[in-house]
Amino acid sequence: MTTSRLKTLTANREQPYSYAFLDAYAKRELRRKILKAIAVPGYQVPYASRELPIARGWGTGGLQVTLSLVGPQSVVKVIDQGADDSVNAANLRQFVARMTGAATTTDTLQATLIQSRHRVPEERLREHQTLILQVPDPEPLRRIESNMARARELHADAEYGQMWLVLYEQLVRFRRYMAGASYPMMVHGRFVMSPSPIPRWDNPKLHQAAHLTLLSAGREKRLYAVPPYTDAYSLEFEDVPFEIEDQRQWVCARTGARNKFMNEIPLPDGGAKYEISDTGYADKLVERAIDGPEANTLGETYYDDEGNFYHAGYLKPPRRPA
Amino acid sequence: MLATSNRRVVPLDAPRLVTQRPLLVAEGLVKHYGRIRAVDGVSLSVYPGEVLGIVGESGSGKSSVLRLLNLQEDPDAGRYTLDIPAWRGMDLFGLSRFDKRAVRTRHIGIVYQNPYLGLRMSYTSSGNIAERVLLAGERRFAALREAAQESLSASEFPLDRMDDVPRALSGGMQQRVQLAKAIALKPALLLLDEPTTGLDVSVQATVLDTLKRLQRERQISMIIVSHDLGVIRTLADRVMVMYRGKVVEVGLVDQVFEDPQDAYTQQLVHAKL
Repeated sequence: MTTSRLKTLTANREQPYSYAFLDAYAKRELRRKILKAIAVPGYQVPYASRELPIARGWGTGGLQVTLSLVGPQSVVKVIDQGADDSVNAANLRQFVARMTGAATTTDTLQATLIQSRHRVPEERLREHQTLILQVPDPEPLRRIESNMARARELHADAEYGQMWLVLYEQLVRFRRYMAGASYPMMVHGRFVMSPSPIPRWDNPKLHQAAHLTLLSAGREKRLYAVPPYTDAYSLEFEDVPFEIEDQRQWVCARTGARNKFMNEIPLPDGGAKYEISDTGYADKLVERAIDGPEANTLGETYYDDEGNFYHAGYLKPPRRPA
Repeated sequence: MLATSNRRVVPLDAPRLVTQRPLLVAEGLVKHYGRIRAVDGVSLSVYPGEVLGIVGESGSGKSSVLRLLNLQEDPDAGRYTLDIPAWRGMDLFGLSRFDKRAVRTRHIGIVYQNPYLGLRMSYTSSGNIAERVLLAGERRFAALREAAQESLSASEFPLDRMDDVPRALSGGMQQRVQLAKAIALKPALLLLDEPTTGLDVSVQATVLDTLKRLQRERQISMIIVSHDLGVIRTLADRVMVMYRGKVVEVGLVDQVFEDPQDAYTQQLVHAKL
């Protein structure tokens, strides 16, 4: 059935565009590079980043990976900072659908390919799902080694000591880890990677995850992967544990939910209200509040309503404020 | 008369320089930069706890020798061994990039004339020292703080300023941070490349005091490169005079400076204002 559908989609030789926009050779190269990235978790594989009808920096890396993996049976979801409805997410989704005939969705559970700018969905991803993260800067060592040739040597030698220098400076100056996004992670005990600018909240979700995560930087022409069920630890000192954002007191103004990653919305009176950042998930919660529990299926989330992470013991208890 | 007395002769210990193996042995170092032969067959040795001074005019190859000994550059010819565990007797120039870095981190400290070469100017002073300790594998924050404090107080740096960035410090203090970074892992060998040049005379004196005290207390072997004979006279046990990439004279400091044999050394000693 798949092949017949593919045939109908590609049969028309008059069509000026290749299936999924990229030509067959480009897609083949990308797939080979993706396999290599999966084989060496966290290693940045160089690839020939193609021109696309969007500008560099708007998700070209993620889009190329999506286009090389998408098929007629795929269900595509595109997220931009948690939202499905932002201009960039809507445009990318529309483009993929137009070029491939793939179905689109905003429901995390139904999607097979999820291209995301800077968020991992709240609902747990499953084995058959692939998360594609757009990466502006793939090099975690840039802060301590501006020479990229030297940085690659450091990766090759697994010489990562200086990454802790950045953490040291943060602790000395601010008494806590300050990186709010792109918090570096050690993958499979070998390579340090930048998990793209996802909030610290999302870092633990990559550890021993059921799904495949692919990270791709179009401008920098590098892609890397966190394969399913692979260790991924955020860098930390032995005596100062890594912490996620403390949002325990925040309540979503739309849904009344707690312990999901929130956007802070400033109010004119100087206060703030909070909204769940993952709009696909929030919409489902709202639907259920109106139409009852049979309105949709709600997946299990990475953090439960009390804020406990689903891998018990992975996150160490937060430090007492010093 | 002592000579005729029949008292039993107590055998003297053999001199330390005979029984002790030198910490550092470098033989036949040669280094070209393009057509220029910057280092031309230099051999030297340093014994444990000894301070070797290298003097010579600008361009005589002193700093090039130091860069070779710091494993920063590869020579065109020569052999270099350090008497340190795990690498005893091995030619360090033949090591892999990874091993070279390990030797440099753990066993060699260096202080540059220009603190911008040795320090991260926008990171805290304590962080600069912590970097060394991190490279050696320490991953506990409290231990890093402790190591930074210990090392900075050993180099007589005021601890209330340990979290200031070097950019905001005076020249003398920057040199002290460099020194603290160099000695953080208690290296066997300390290389000093004109450590006090550019400091005013009083600051220079206090930095030299610190160096002398450290050398006495920790018995670190040092190689100090300077064109200031006063600095060499204060610190060094032996001195090596270089001219156009070659060693022209080696000997005890007093001996060389009081009774120079080579024509160039004579000129150098007399050129002192």
